[in-house]
Amino acid sequence: MAGRCLFPKTLSTHDMEGKVVIIGGGAAGMEAAGQLARAGCNVTLLEKQSLTGGHVRNWYHLFPDKRDSMEVIEYLEKHIAHKNISVLTGTSVEDIRRKHGSIVVKASDGREFDADAVVLSTGFDLFKSERKEEYGYGIYDNVITSADLELMFRKGEIKRHDGAVPQKIGIVHCVGSRDEKAGNLYCSKLCCVAAVKQAMEIKGYIESARVFCFYMDMRMGGAHYEELYRESQEKFGINYIRGKVSEVSENINSKLVVKVEDTLAGRPLKMELDMLVLMAGMEMSEGGRIIAENADLKTGENRFFAPADHHFGSNKGNMKGVFYAGTCTAPMNITETISHARAAVADVIYYLKEGKS
Amino acid sequence: MEKFGFSILKERHIDYDANDKSIAEYISEREPSFRICIECGCCTATCTTGNFTSFSLRELQILIKRGENDKVRDNIKKCMLCGKCTLVCPRGVNTRNVVTLAREAFENEIENAV
Repeated sequence: MAGRCLFPKTLSTHDMEGKVVIIGGGAAGMEAAGQLARAGCNVTLLEKQSLTGGHVRNWYHLFPDKRDSMEVIEYLEKHIAHKNISVLTGTSVEDIRRKHGSIVVKASDGREFDADAVVLSTGFDLFKSERKEEYGYGIYDNVITSADLELMFRKGEIKRHDGAVPQKIGIVHCVGSRDEKAGNLYCSKLCCVAAVKQAMEIKGYIESARVFCFYMDMRMGGAHYEELYRESQEKFGINYIRGKVSEVSENINSKLVVKVEDTLAGRPLKMELDMLVLMAGMEMSEGGRIIAENADLKTGENRFFAPADHHFGSNKGNMKGVFYAGTCTAPMNITETISHARAAVADVIYYLKEGKS
Repeated sequence: MEKFGFSILKERHIDYDANDKSIAEYISEREPSFRICIECGCCTATCTTGNFTSFSLRELQILIKRGENDKVRDNIKKCMLCGKCTLVCPRGVNTRNVVTLAREAFENEIENAV
């Protein structure tokens, strides 16, 4: 019967309700919703945008296997097309409160939702690249972000603002990550591999293009990342220059000029480029920040939700019955996000069975 | 006979154990941010002096840390203390102060020399 968690049966010792409100309808929220619904819970999925899917909708091909992101969207959409799930788009949440053993979720339009448990899957916002003014985003036409480039991929053409096909393209790593001046000390961890993927993909559109990645460290810690890095050199001739770009300017020929130290050669380096791509990092979402502030949910130095325990409680926070899923706790790739959401589901089920009282 | 052209080459190693790290310690104690440099080279990329001379603050900082002080002693004087390096440093190293302290340390070294 809908509304009751029937799984895992072995844990079922007494009657309980399973009304779960999930805040945020990106990959994490959708995965959690689907899993909870299949376990018999009654799920309300709240999404502030008009469509579910979150950031995944904005990417084209995904690393490491170049899968079209729409395949992931299709999987997630199928996942949430379940009788136990009601999806409410255009609903943003402002606050959550504990009330007589249950939790009240308050939307900004005044509506309130009662829940036995809440999953926060409020995700991340991309770092606003114009904040790194010295890189010229929003000032020079041909400085774009990694998200802008994905849109160009989807559209099927990479063009400069003047319509010309760029032949020399630079990619700047760590834009808004590992940067004290941007207020973000942490590594966003996905931008390195995303840069490698995008560099190769550019070559797919413009065979003659020369692509240069400017990096501080190549952080290739995920499954198949190092192999992609190698492939990018071996098959695509992508160039890697170790140094953080200090500034970008535009010359009279409307070419971009980057200044960097080639730290391995030990000399400053200057390069003209037709286009520059900024690998924007990940930050705690504004929506998540508002809830954290209003509901007194603990956040870390990185401003993401702070997990109760780094090893055993990465889905729990400081409010009973409230669980975290996905990138609202730290930068994660899609695989990790989905795994993290599934782990949150396990915690929710256990809580509904045993820990509620 | 005496002009075979052979000579005994000095080893190229940084002799880390023998090198004098007192300059690095002097700076570290007074400007702890000296320790958190990740060698990204942003300081050198933006450096006015580095544009025209072989001055590289990134390189000088690592040489000080390795105790290769002879390569730094005169070079560090080239800095004009404009502070652009401090503005761009993603780690928040107070690079300008590092230069000032390095100069101070080298001066003390001379004063203390027997």
